[in-house]
Amino acid sequence: MSHPLTGESPVAGPSPRLALSDVTVTFGGVTALSEVGLLVRPHQVLGVIGPNGAGKTTLFNVACGFVRPDRGRLEWRDQEVTGLRPRDLAGLGIARTLQGLGLFDRVTVLENVMIGADRHTRSGFLSSLLALPGASRDERALRERAREVLDGLGIAAHADRYPASLPYAVRKRVALARALAAEPDLLLLDEPASGLSTSEMDDLGRLVRELTERMSVMLVEHHMDLVMRVCDEITVLDFGRVIAHGTPDQVRDDPAVLAAYLGETVGEA
Amino acid sequence: MTRLRSWWSEVTLLRHLVLAAAGLLVVVAVLESAGDFRSLQLASMAYLGLAAGGLTILTGLNGQISLGHGALMAIGAYTTALLLPDRESSTPLALVVLAAVGATLAVGVAVGYAAARLHGPYLAGATLALAVAVPGVALFFKGRLGGEQGLRVVLPDIPEWVLDLAFFVTGQELTRSRYVAYVAWLTLVVTFVLLANLSRSRVGRRWRAVRDDAVAAELAGIHLGRARVSAFTVSAAAAGAAGAMMAITVRLAAPSGFTLNLSLTLLTAVVLGGLGSLTGAIIGAALLTFLPQVVTGWGTDAGLSDIRAAELAPLVYGLVMILVILLAPSGIVGTLRRLAVRRTRGGPEPAPPATDAADPAAPSSSDALTTTSKGTSP
Repeated sequence: MSHPLTGESPVAGPSPRLALSDVTVTFGGVTALSEVGLLVRPHQVLGVIGPNGAGKTTLFNVACGFVRPDRGRLEWRDQEVTGLRPRDLAGLGIARTLQGLGLFDRVTVLENVMIGADRHTRSGFLSSLLALPGASRDERALRERAREVLDGLGIAAHADRYPASLPYAVRKRVALARALAAEPDLLLLDEPASGLSTSEMDDLGRLVRELTERMSVMLVEHHMDLVMRVCDEITVLDFGRVIAHGTPDQVRDDPAVLAAYLGETVGEA
Repeated sequence: MTRLRSWWSEVTLLRHLVLAAAGLLVVVAVLESAGDFRSLQLASMAYLGLAAGGLTILTGLNGQISLGHGALMAIGAYTTALLLPDRESSTPLALVVLAAVGATLAVGVAVGYAAARLHGPYLAGATLALAVAVPGVALFFKGRLGGEQGLRVVLPDIPEWVLDLAFFVTGQELTRSRYVAYVAWLTLVVTFVLLANLSRSRVGRRWRAVRDDAVAAELAGIHLGRARVSAFTVSAAAAGAAGAMMAITVRLAAPSGFTLNLSLTLLTAVVLGGLGSLTGAIIGAALLTFLPQVVTGWGTDAGLSDIRAAELAPLVYGLVMILVILLAPSGIVGTLRRLAVRRTRGGPEPAPPATDAADPAAPSSSDALTTTSKGTSP
């Protein structure tokens, strides 16, 4: 099992999409992440698991630019992107869903998704002000793209509804559609399965696998069966440190992981 | 039918131009039957509507509150007054209005940048300072800006071709009051077409995204500061146009015309009409303009003395305000839209009002960033 703890590329292969090395984050004396390193390779699903409070969400916040690490380095396609803001990283092709969905409540589902695809439009302020043909073309293309994404997720029927009036599972799909509309190269999914039924979770698993044709996926999730089924590799965090990394099978049998989850010391396991 | 409807909703510019043309026809019809007094009243409705339209874009679409729009109107009005000091000033009126808009726009950018980092009550406080300070500036520079007395605005002569055109179209002589009303309403229609274009474009959609959820908007790659500043600037420009129209309507730019009261009144007009709705802004402006007169009329009919009757108007306005907020929190237009949709079921429902409580099932995005939902552990 290879640990990317040091940030040195541990496995030969295509160059990674996202690479974190030696990332340390402290919040007022509390260390949320300590010297964390990981790699997301093209067309790969990387799972991030760990007990509550292990630092998974902080890790996501670093990866999408909301939290600036105290130390360490972020690289995107071999370029350093440490300290870039979320909007810049979004422009580079990193999209993220939020645990709380964060849907725009007073615009329609279709417009929510159109906002997700905003980075692909070019028309500027003046052409919007005067509703010039360029802006209208952009709008049509954007609407088309948003409809396709909604269609692909099977929620096109809700395009003209407002999110608040929809069931939670549909809203989760809208949030996913919004992230997908950006056509990212890396999709960060923050607990996509919470609140879903078993069959919905199966659909989600299939969908995530399909997505790897177009992008890499990084997944924080509590549902172990889904994680084990979907991920190519898994990084396990505990108390802000990477305690294990490997394929699902490797991680499942790792004594350190069992210890972290069951609260036993490594020696006893 | 649905196909036609979706086509209609997609041809933005055409739709807005058709609506504008229809609006102009109504304006001509109304103004041609209005006397001098009524014309000036309608002109004031137009400038209030213009300012309210700008404010409704800012507050309704971008969620920023401004208590400084009265002050922004003052900047437009004073610019107009400075450019129209006497009858000999040869600057065409259109250029004067553009200059007024430009000056207010510049102030709007500056204030917008300062305001972009502020939210809710803090933003209200900052713009309140603007409302207090701007009339003070006019008082301080007595020599240039006329102090308490303010500056007189001299309306340039009506261009010959306008007189000819008016006579040709309507068969009536164009009075100066009616001319002012036409200018004000034409400015309103043009401004509203531009505002509506923006509102329907990706610019407006970004403003809404930032309003609804700043975190998610940033994740979508939207520059929050730029969105907020552009909304404030656009809104300020509309207020500048409103100030210019006010200056040529009342022929004066004086500090007493731009008190904090004006800013607050604009905000109430926007809330009454329906946040984010340009139609609502016009309805709000109509209420502001005509309600006092109507209510005072009721008062004198009921046998009250003139002074007592005049005191009725603010009372009734306050009551209307309370009733709207209690019974129709999404404003007049928002509520009408709801009713219309309820009648024709199957159409898209209208946007929930601003006061809708957040769904308990979905924690707010700030929670989403800092907390972990305690899901099932393996």
